[in-house]
Amino acid sequence: MTYIKKPINHHPNLKKNKLGLTRRDYEGAVSSLCAGCGHDSISAAIIDACFELNIEAYKVAKLSGIGCSSKAPAYFLNDSHGFNSVHGRMPSIATGASCANDDLLYIGVSGDGDSASIGMGQFVHAIRRQVDMTYIVENNGTYGLTKGQFSATNDKDSPNKYGEENPFPPVDLAALAIQLGASYVARSFSGDREQLVPLIMGAFQHKGFALLDIISPCVTFNNHDASTKSYDHIREHNDALGKVDFVPLGREITANYEEGETVEVNLHDGSKMSLEKLDSSYDPTDANLALNTVREKNDEGKVATGLLYIDTKAPDLYETLNAIDKPLNMLNEKELCPGSDKLKTINEGLN
Amino acid sequence: MEKLQTFDSLVSKNDFVIKFANVNGSGSASANQMFAKAVFRMGIPVSPKNIFPSNIQGLPTWFEIRINKNGYLGSKGSVDLSVAMNPQSYNQDVEELNSGGYLLYDSSWKRNFYRDDINVIEIPLTSLCVESFTNAKQRALFKNIAYVGALSVLLDMEYEIFEELISEQFASKKNLIEPNLKALNIGRDYVLNNLPYPIGLTLERMDKNDGKILISGNEAAGLGAVYGGATICAWYPITPSTSLAEGFEKYAKKFRVDEKTGKNLFASVQAEDELSAIGMAIGANWNGARSFTATSGPGISLMSEFLGLAYFAEVPVVVFDVQRGGPSTGMPTKTQQSDILACAYASHGDTKHVMLLPEDPKECFEFSAMAFDLADRLQTPVFVVTDLDMGMNDWVVDELEWDDSRKFDRGKVLDFEALEKMEEKFGRYHDVDGDGICYRTYPGAHPSKGAYFTRGTSHDEYARYSEDGEINATNLRRLVQKFKTASELVPDPEIILSDKKNCSGVIYYGSTSAAMIEARDMLKEEGIELDLMRVKAFPFNLDVWDFIEKHDYVYVVEQNRDSQMRTLLMAEGGISAEKLRSLVWFNGQPIEANFIAKKIREREPEKI
Repeated sequence: MTYIKKPINHHPNLKKNKLGLTRRDYEGAVSSLCAGCGHDSISAAIIDACFELNIEAYKVAKLSGIGCSSKAPAYFLNDSHGFNSVHGRMPSIATGASCANDDLLYIGVSGDGDSASIGMGQFVHAIRRQVDMTYIVENNGTYGLTKGQFSATNDKDSPNKYGEENPFPPVDLAALAIQLGASYVARSFSGDREQLVPLIMGAFQHKGFALLDIISPCVTFNNHDASTKSYDHIREHNDALGKVDFVPLGREITANYEEGETVEVNLHDGSKMSLEKLDSSYDPTDANLALNTVREKNDEGKVATGLLYIDTKAPDLYETLNAIDKPLNMLNEKELCPGSDKLKTINEGLN
Repeated sequence: MEKLQTFDSLVSKNDFVIKFANVNGSGSASANQMFAKAVFRMGIPVSPKNIFPSNIQGLPTWFEIRINKNGYLGSKGSVDLSVAMNPQSYNQDVEELNSGGYLLYDSSWKRNFYRDDINVIEIPLTSLCVESFTNAKQRALFKNIAYVGALSVLLDMEYEIFEELISEQFASKKNLIEPNLKALNIGRDYVLNNLPYPIGLTLERMDKNDGKILISGNEAAGLGAVYGGATICAWYPITPSTSLAEGFEKYAKKFRVDEKTGKNLFASVQAEDELSAIGMAIGANWNGARSFTATSGPGISLMSEFLGLAYFAEVPVVVFDVQRGGPSTGMPTKTQQSDILACAYASHGDTKHVMLLPEDPKECFEFSAMAFDLADRLQTPVFVVTDLDMGMNDWVVDELEWDDSRKFDRGKVLDFEALEKMEEKFGRYHDVDGDGICYRTYPGAHPSKGAYFTRGTSHDEYARYSEDGEINATNLRRLVQKFKTASELVPDPEIILSDKKNCSGVIYYGSTSAAMIEARDMLKEEGIELDLMRVKAFPFNLDVWDFIEKHDYVYVVEQNRDSQMRTLLMAEGGISAEKLRSLVWFNGQPIEANFIAKKIREREPEKI
C-alpha cells in the first residue's frame, strides 16, 4: 500500500460526465491493499462504470463481508454509504437493505473465501431470491489477510506459495450462479479493463441478481508461476466468449458488425448489452449452453470470460414480495400504524 | 350390584383443573381450545396450557386448563378432572389425578384403572362416532368435539355458547357447522341419557372477563410489531417463536395492503437460517426501515456474531426471543427463562444488550411496539424476551390499547434538511449530546453530506478504521454511557410493597408473575408477608438497586437452573451473593405457586 495522501486538487481539464463530475469524484480512501493487487483494478473499473453511467454516488450502497476484497468498498465512492459487515454475511445485509429501499443501487463486494466458503449459504440464497444487486466476487483463490491458505475456488493441484498442492477441486461460483437462476452472470479478469467496465455497467443497470466473478490475482500469495490464479496464467488462458459492449440508453451502436455476429440484450432501463460473438454459436440467454460452455472451457484448461448468462425477465425479490413502490423505509406512522379503532375491532374478535 | 363409594368426590364451583390427554396430531387442540373459550365466554377466569411434544403425530400431548374464580391463572400442578383420550398415557393420567377427582375415558374399550378413590366416567366415544359418521377422518376428529359436548353437560355449562363458537369458527366453511354440532350433541345426549350429571365440578357464569381478551403472546407481539411500524420481518422457523412471525404476517396482510394497488406495505422473508434472518433485519434497519426477527435460544446462539456487529456499529434491531428449554436443542416444546445471560451479553468482546421482559401477552404487545422506539432511540439491538408459556398459550388479559397521539421515535436521524443546514463535518460516532447516542443518517439521504462507512472494526468518531487503542477505548466507554442512558429509557420495575415493614423482598420477571402473585397471597394468609419487585427490563435502573438496598434478603424467582437473573444483578450491581437468594424452577413446565410458596416458607422462619 501507499502512504502518500491523495492530492486534493485535480487537473482542471479532467473529463466530466453529465452530472459535471470527474472520475476523481467517484474515488474513495487510499487503498491499503498490496501494490499491484487485482482488487484495486476492480475498484478503478467500478469507478469508471459509475462515471460513465452518470451514477449519483449517494444513491449507491456498498456492502461487503470480511477479507481483502471486503475492504475494497472503502476505496471507491466516498459519497456512498458503506457497510462492511461480518464474514460471509454480506448477502443477508444486502437482502434486508434492498427490501427496505429498492431505489438504491446495491454493490456487494466479496471474495472467494467470503462467498465460496463461510458465506456459501447466504450467497446461494441471495441468488435464489433474486436480490436486486450487483455481487462482485474478487476471486484470487487464496486467503490473503490470513497469509495464503487455499480458498474453495483454488484449482485442484494448484500449489501455494510454499509448493504444496491443493488436494480439493474448486467451487465455480459463476456456474453455480447460473444453476441457481442468477439473472446476470459474468466472469472477467481484473486486468482486462476493456471487458470488465462494460460488464460492470451492464450489471448496474440490470434488474435482479448480477454476479461478476472476477479473477483478481493476489500478488503476495498466489501470483507465482505455478498458480492458476496468477496474472500470467489468466492472461494465457483467458477465453473471452465475446467482446462485450454496454450501450447506454439513447446511444446508437456505432460499430459495424456483420449480421449474426452480435447479440443484443435490452436491459431494464432501456440500455443494451451488445456482444460481438467470437464463438458464433454462443447465446448468453441459454442457461444450459452457458453451463456447458463454462465446464467445457474448464476442461480445456481455459477460463471462459465475458457475459455468460442473462435473463432480463426474471422478477427480483422486491417484485416477488409484492412490496409497494414507495420504499418501505419512507413510510410514516399514518401509513404503518392501524390505530386504536382497528385495535378495538381486534379486541372484539378475541373475546 | 353397584359398589358403595368409599371416598369423598371433589366438589368445586369455578375452581378446578381439567387436563386433556390426547394423541399428538389427532386434532384435539382445537376442540380443547374451544372448550377453554367457552369457559372464558362464561366470564370465568381460565388459563389453557398446551403441553405438547416435539413431534408431528403419535406422541402423547396434554392440554391443561385451570379455571379459577379468583383469577389465579398460573400453573397449579394438580388435576381434578382428567379427560383421558390416550391409552399410551393412561397410567400417568390416572396417577396424577387428585383423590376424589374424575376420570373421563373412551370406554369403547373398557378397562380397570386400579384406583378406588376416583370417579370413572365411561363414554364410548369411538363407538358413538363410528355409528354416526362414515368418513374415517371425521370419526377420529369428531370424537374430540363429542367429549367437549359431554363435558358441557357434566360441568353444567351453557350450551348456546358452544353453538355460537362453532358457527364463528366455521363462518367461512359453513358445511362444517352441522357435523360439528352433531358431534357436540352425540356427547351431550349420551351423558343426558346414561350418566348422572352434573358432577361435583361445575361452572357458573361470572362477569370476570369484561374488558378482557384471550390471546397468545406471540400473536400479541406480532401485532405489536405492526403497530410499532415494523415493515420487514426476517425469520427462520423455530419452536416456539414461529407463530410470532406468522402473527405479524397475519395482521400485516389485514392492515398493510395498499387498497389501490394491492401491494404490501411490509415484507416478510423466511430466511435460510438464523444468521441470515438477523443479517436481513440489521441490513433493513441500517437502511432506515424498522425490522425484526423472532427466534428462540438456539437462534440467539447463531445470531450472536451479528448481534455484536449491531452493538458495535450501532445499528438498531429488534429481536424477539421466545425462550424454550435449554441447553442445546434441549426441550424445544417446553418453557424456561434460560436465555437471560445469553441475551444480555450476546456476542464476543464487551457487549451488553437492552432486554424487555413482558409478563403476559398484553405486555408482549406493548413492549413489542416499544422495542422499535427504543432500538431506534438507542441505535442498538433490543431484545424482547418472552417464553413458550406466554408465547404459545392463550392468556386472559386486559384488552389491548393504543394511544393515537403516539408518534414513532425514530431517534437521532439527520435527514436531508438537517444535513443541508449542518456546517460542521458529520461524525457518525461523535457524541454531540453527551448521552452516548450519536446521530445517524440513512443511505441516500443527501448528495454530498452524511455518508459514512459502517464497520465492525474499531473506528473513530468519523467511522474511519482506526487501530489506535485510545480511540477504541474512548468509543467503548461511550457505549457504556449509552447503556446508562438506556437504563433511563426502559420501563421501571413494578414494585408491590406489603403493609408490613421489614419483610423480605422478591424479584421476579416475565411469565412468573401469575404464580408469584398467587404464592404471595398464599403466604400472606400464613402470616408471611413479602415485598415484590417485577423487573421489566435490562439495564436495571435506580429503582431496582434501591429495592435491593432496602431489603435484608431478596429472593430471585426464575425459571432456569443457574439463577441467571441473580447472576446478572450481582454482576451489574455488585450485589453480594448472600443477599440474593436463588429460587429456581426449570422442569420445562410453567412455574407453580405452590412451589414458590413452599420454597419461601422453608427459608422465612429464620428471619422471625
